[in-house]
Amino acid sequence: MDTFRNNEVQLPISPHQSVWVRRWASLKGHVFRRNLTWFLMALPALLWLLIFKYLPLIGVWIGFTDYKVRRGVFGSDFVGLDNFRFLFATDTAVRATVNTVVLNLLFISVGVIFAMLVAWLLFEVYTSQLTKYYQTLLLLPRFISWVVVSYFVYALLATENGVINAILRSLGLQPVSWYNSPEYWRIILLLVSLWSGVGISSLIYLSGMLAIDPQLFEAAKIDGASKWQQFKYVTFPMVLPLVVINVLLAMAYIMNADFGLFFQVTRNQQLLYPVTDVLDTYIYRSLIVTKNISMAAAAQFYQSFVGFVLVILFNWIVRRIERPDEPLSLF
Amino acid sequence: MSTHTERLREQKRQDTDRLMNWLSRFSVHFTLLCFGLFCLVPLLLIISASFTDEIALTRDGYRLIPSEFSTEAYDLIFRNPTVIVRAYAVTLLTTTVGTLIALTFMSMLAYVLSRPDFVLRKPLSFFVFFTMLFNGGVVPYYILMTQYLHVQDTFFALMLPYFVVAFYVLILRTYFAALPSELIDAARVDGAGELRIFVSIALPLAKPALATIGLFTALNYWNDWTTSLYFIRDPHLYPLQYLLYIIQSNSQAMQLQSAVGNITVGEVPTQTARMAMAVLATGPAALFFLFFQRYLIRGVTLGAFK
Repeated sequence: MDTFRNNEVQLPISPHQSVWVRRWASLKGHVFRRNLTWFLMALPALLWLLIFKYLPLIGVWIGFTDYKVRRGVFGSDFVGLDNFRFLFATDTAVRATVNTVVLNLLFISVGVIFAMLVAWLLFEVYTSQLTKYYQTLLLLPRFISWVVVSYFVYALLATENGVINAILRSLGLQPVSWYNSPEYWRIILLLVSLWSGVGISSLIYLSGMLAIDPQLFEAAKIDGASKWQQFKYVTFPMVLPLVVINVLLAMAYIMNADFGLFFQVTRNQQLLYPVTDVLDTYIYRSLIVTKNISMAAAAQFYQSFVGFVLVILFNWIVRRIERPDEPLSLF
Repeated sequence: MSTHTERLREQKRQDTDRLMNWLSRFSVHFTLLCFGLFCLVPLLLIISASFTDEIALTRDGYRLIPSEFSTEAYDLIFRNPTVIVRAYAVTLLTTTVGTLIALTFMSMLAYVLSRPDFVLRKPLSFFVFFTMLFNGGVVPYYILMTQYLHVQDTFFALMLPYFVVAFYVLILRTYFAALPSELIDAARVDGAGELRIFVSIALPLAKPALATIGLFTALNYWNDWTTSLYFIRDPHLYPLQYLLYIIQSNSQAMQLQSAVGNITVGEVPTQTARMAMAVLATGPAALFFLFFQRYLIRGVTLGAFK
């Protein structure tokens, strides 16, 4: 800001003029050149965003047309809300919505409990040499692709030679044909999602705990607080804002399922759809498998639009509760 | 006498305290170890299966320690390595070139948005940020790529998706904004141009942040299979992860057909060979991860990964 003022030649600008007029007038000589260079530096990324993020937004229109590839986006017939009417007349879209929301809620709520637990345990032994290794192990899953995850889930659940059925047999129980039994899949997906996600979120909460003033713990110890009391009265209340905000931001994206988890880990088994078919897999199928592009676009618009409303809503809530000195909201 | 009993009692209390302390530390370590193993063991299962004899795997099932050790699966792959070598080449190329382009694009944009005297700072920041709020999703993107840009079955399609990630741009911007402005002012006084300042002052100072974002981007490329699912039909352009997926879904289809009795299973890669492929596809990424994990942990605490 200072350089801006120092370099600026005194310009005959009245303070009554708008900010933009004043800024434009100050764009002279080297200041102009500097801003131009900056703009050109930003340009490649801006163009990328324009083409691949903003241009597709026009494609939202497809959801309101009877899309024909040969006739293009604007050549296809406008059909109003017909696609949406048809979409919600089928059970599949409703089922996909319910599955998306229910499973995401399950992942978020159980995930936050385990992440907090692991973060607290790491915090209690943070000075130990071993903590480094725990962190490594906990982070590892996040960097394994969903395809590979589906490979080991298969090793665990294979009917004939899978690990779980071997354990069941050795306990004298009946083996289960997992990939044909939708009733178990909420739990299976929850476990896989915990496997993949708990490490990362626990490290976020751990960093929150490490930021707590150590004097608070000293004071609690002098007052004779046990480890559990220290957690209950110091650690937990201090990281609670961070937890609440993380949960709320996760809720904002509740309409978006992790495509890899639901597509790869379930091996896209049709028998499991009643529990595992989510909006993202439904959209994929409409677009690529059944090639009903209008329907896919309608479902996509529905997902994006509700998602947008939720992001705005939950961000507003976060803004209401965050502390002004450490903003955590998206905007 | 009474002081002696008191001392004894005190001693005993301290011993119990120490014991309780030790017990609680032990249980904390034990629980953490369990969580750690929960993360690790599934991966060991794949490695173990890849080193098991095919017949033994079918007979004895998946185990943590191979019931019959064999390198047959790897021999099988390396006897005819064209497919996996090609997939490796595709993945390596998209990962390196893609990450380099992504880092260039994102760091330039983030640096510019971090300059307080850039006139378009606010509107352009919003332009970047808005993409995080409203996501058009895969359908319009698919139509754009296939009907208008016609980039299906090209390297370009594989590299495109991670060039600019709004969230990473915002993280980099925060990092650039925190750099000491004196350095930049001094360079300006010495007559350095803006591009020069960016390349020889801002970039070297931002190395830790660049390493973090670069690592995330590289892992995004390495683990990407969705892009190929939508845009790649040419087997010559299959990246590693997509190849793994294709092998898995083919063998699934074959199993189905052989169960119906149409064909005999001959061409399908054996179970162990599939597991060996998974090991070969994940190995480098895992090593990479171990090597750079301090950047990852820093990235997580920056909130870089959620």
